[in-house]
Amino acid sequence: MDILNALVVFLNFVFVPGLAYGAQLALGALGVTLVYAILRFSNFAHGDTMAFGTMATILVTWAMQSAGISFGVLPTALLALPFGIAATALFVLATDRVVYRFYRHQKVAPTIMVIVSLGVMFVMNGLTRFIIGVGEQNFADGGRFLITAAEFKTATGLTEGLAVKITQALTLAVAVVVVALLFWFLQKTRTGKSMRAFSDNEDLALLSGINPDRVVAVTWVLAAALATTAGVLYGLDKSFKPFTYFQLLLPIFAAAIVGGLGSPIGAIAGGFVIAFSEVTVTYAWKKVVGYLVPDSMAPDALLQLMSTDYKFAVSFSILILVLLFMPTGLFKGKSV
Amino acid sequence: MAEPFLIGEAMTGGYGAADILHDCTVAVEKGQIAVIVGPNGAGKSTAMKAVFGMLSLRGGHVRLAGEDITHLSPQARVAKGMAFVPQNQNIFPTMTVEENLEMGAFLRRDEIRATMEQVFELFPILRDKRRQVAGELSGGQRQQVAVGRALMTQPQVLMLDEPTAGVSPIVMDELFDRIIEVARSGISILMVEQNARQALNIADKGYVLVQGANRFTDTGATLLADPEVRRSFLGG
Amino acid sequence: MNLTSPGAKNAALFAAVAVLFVGTGVYQSWNSSFGILNMALISAIMALGLNLQWGFAGLFNTGVMGFVALGGLAAVLTSSTPLPQSWQAGGPRIALALVLGAATIALAVAIHQRLAAGRGRSLALVAVLVGGFTLYRYVLDPAVTAVEAVNAAAYGNIGGLGLPILLAWPVGALLAALAAWAIGKTALGLRSDYLAIATLGIAEIIVAVLKNEDWLARGVKNVISLPRPVPYEVDLQKSAGFLAWAQSWGFDPVTASSLVVKLCYAGLFATVLLAVIWLSEAALNSPWGRMMRAIRDNEVAAAAMGKNVTLRHLQVFVLGSAVIGMAGAMMTTLDGQLTPGTYQPLRFTFLIWVMVIVGGSGNNWGAVLGGFLIWWLWVMVEPIGLLALQGVTAGMAEDSWLKQHLIDSAAHMRLLTMGVILLVVLRFSPRGLIPEK
Repeated sequence: MDILNALVVFLNFVFVPGLAYGAQLALGALGVTLVYAILRFSNFAHGDTMAFGTMATILVTWAMQSAGISFGVLPTALLALPFGIAATALFVLATDRVVYRFYRHQKVAPTIMVIVSLGVMFVMNGLTRFIIGVGEQNFADGGRFLITAAEFKTATGLTEGLAVKITQALTLAVAVVVVALLFWFLQKTRTGKSMRAFSDNEDLALLSGINPDRVVAVTWVLAAALATTAGVLYGLDKSFKPFTYFQLLLPIFAAAIVGGLGSPIGAIAGGFVIAFSEVTVTYAWKKVVGYLVPDSMAPDALLQLMSTDYKFAVSFSILILVLLFMPTGLFKGKSV
Repeated sequence: MAEPFLIGEAMTGGYGAADILHDCTVAVEKGQIAVIVGPNGAGKSTAMKAVFGMLSLRGGHVRLAGEDITHLSPQARVAKGMAFVPQNQNIFPTMTVEENLEMGAFLRRDEIRATMEQVFELFPILRDKRRQVAGELSGGQRQQVAVGRALMTQPQVLMLDEPTAGVSPIVMDELFDRIIEVARSGISILMVEQNARQALNIADKGYVLVQGANRFTDTGATLLADPEVRRSFLGG
Repeated sequence: MNLTSPGAKNAALFAAVAVLFVGTGVYQSWNSSFGILNMALISAIMALGLNLQWGFAGLFNTGVMGFVALGGLAAVLTSSTPLPQSWQAGGPRIALALVLGAATIALAVAIHQRLAAGRGRSLALVAVLVGGFTLYRYVLDPAVTAVEAVNAAAYGNIGGLGLPILLAWPVGALLAALAAWAIGKTALGLRSDYLAIATLGIAEIIVAVLKNEDWLARGVKNVISLPRPVPYEVDLQKSAGFLAWAQSWGFDPVTASSLVVKLCYAGLFATVLLAVIWLSEAALNSPWGRMMRAIRDNEVAAAAMGKNVTLRHLQVFVLGSAVIGMAGAMMTTLDGQLTPGTYQPLRFTFLIWVMVIVGGSGNNWGAVLGGFLIWWLWVMVEPIGLLALQGVTAGMAEDSWLKQHLIDSAAHMRLLTMGVILLVVLRFSPRGLIPEK
């Protein structure tokens, strides 16, 4: 029974990656849930907004790198992030002005808004590919590891090593900061409160003199910021390929719905629930179990519930279960 | 007769093609309570919503302190000193009591603490529950939040659409007491009510509407004493 | 003839699209024109299926790709070469595992429905699901390994029934219908944007299964050389009669054989398309069709009148998916191979949506027109875009980075163009080119 080694394997292959992925999903789900709470439709273009934002950040990163700017051990992309956010926010505001605003004033059914967001998705996807191509882009620079597996083993003397990438630690740190900022904004500022009021009871909010255009604009800016940040963190951690972000749409929606569409806390909780579910169900537990049971009972099989190719089958199943049995989600968002 | 403080005069109109109001007039003097009663479907709420500008009139005018406000949007009328408490969905359910009041005063850029104190004086229970989420309060307490929210703009006229709908009789009495207090502080009250008897009891002026038109108009006491009114609408 | 009547206008629209295809034939080549035509015919059928679901009943299905893939799978299972050795290695055991899996789910559903909510039921459900899953894997895994080990390089799958491929088309419809029934029973009660997300996920899972379960259809190793319902070009080129015929028309044998094969496919597909249109029109104008549209327009009122809304939705969902599945089988027939890697949601689900919306949702002819027009655009935007960009960058220096980049990116103009077209149509002509009557 080697609990310590089992724990290290668990942390290294399940817990730390799950935390990082969960933070990325949480940020993505926050954007989706905000748009749903205020604009009242499911934005299918959110994945490609993440791609667009990451692309913009990558371009600025390249410009910075060729100008010799760097951020030491941290990725240069962090410095480029505000610019990426600004570019994405502008684009998204333009999309609202040119596309969505018309339908909002007509008070069309939410289904129509979703179909419109499909069109926006096409355009954003096409633009991103047009500008940066479809190839994989690795734009992480700076240090690679916070702790390498070797350093860990030397420090602790254990057989198993725990490696923590800088991008993983960064993801968590940035996510915490962003979430704190978001909650401060929503809970303590006048604009933030007016957005919550607008989401709660639109008619009463209008009656109270809350400016709907302002609320909508701030929502889009926040969504762009969250999407870009999530996309950049994901791209730093793994790599950037425009197509991957569309695939992330499903776990992100799953996270938002599981947590309760329209509830920011729910989006965060949902992000981690989905991330950890995906990782635990597709992880091969052979090693961990091997450390925990007597040698005679050590398993031969991989002990992998589902192959990693079925990752999103996990998030999808959770989503379906929640939709069928608990449609308002964990934190009672807006109901079905 | 002196021009009333707020008057919706000879109003004709509805939500769509069909008119609901036919030449209907309701008015309230400064610091007084005017009550609109009538059978179901009489157009009571419609009349008040017309005064507030939530539907466009084919005919008639609305004047506030002599100024014609017929073409102003509801938000603009709020800025002019009118406040409206809808019958349903009149609070922000996921926000705290205090935040609800803050939102009520959204249009004001000056210090609102004093006004909030006044609201807490009027509705002491709200002070106790100021940090509680409004959606978790009881029906009567929610109504108090709704009225308090409307009072945060320091309005000159407070319009209430069936404030006692769905509350218990004790709570209803309490609410009416509060409404009288508000009126005494100089705010005019225009109120639609289903509980005609209790409402007319506290009313300075009563308007009985039938099918969108004025049927009886007089002081509350007179209407209460009128045998025909009693027979038709007050159950004898 | 009244030139402004809807009939005349629609005829003009179809004529305009025909001109596009003729133009491609004349300016590019007839080979490419017929090639585009064949996929356009298939896309039109997919659009018809989706139109049944969205146009008739207002169901928001973003899982079109999954049903297309199931049609392709049906083609493989029906008509690829039988592999008795592979089947013996593990086929029956796999079938047993699948039956066990289905039984587990059925048992879980039954428990959920029969027992009262509470701890007992939750425990029973967990026990059944965990136990069933373990048993399923225990039975399945060794069988899968065995099957995939047989001649892995060339096969590694359970093979097919070796039946004529035309049979695969109704089988595809059936397979898709079964899947649609299961999906519909579970998900159709959801609100429309939730249904969209759910169907999106299901389609991804179906394609993931196809890509990963090598024993089923070789996964990403692909199944090639599926049999054909039309002659092979090489056979035609060897036939003396054909060579003589080709010569009399002034074609060289290779081009002629290629054109004739494509025309044969076109004939087959057109026949199916016409049949589906005829059936859809009959359904649309029938009492059933009117009821479907009444339900779509006011579900609450329809339910209040006693219409079984859930059942009707399920019917439409199954029918539409069957049509899409059949088109999927047809497409795999045309390709002659099953390549799961090519099943992309943008290409298969969302492009079909653009077809239905641009063409006119709720109108069968509109869906067909949309199918032809949008597919033609999808293919031709790239060469036309390239020409346009070359023209735009003609003035630039030959090695200019911008010029290089623009020329390289011409391929991605498709997505942009489709998005812009969709947005423009939704804004200025939301009922589409041929609106619902």
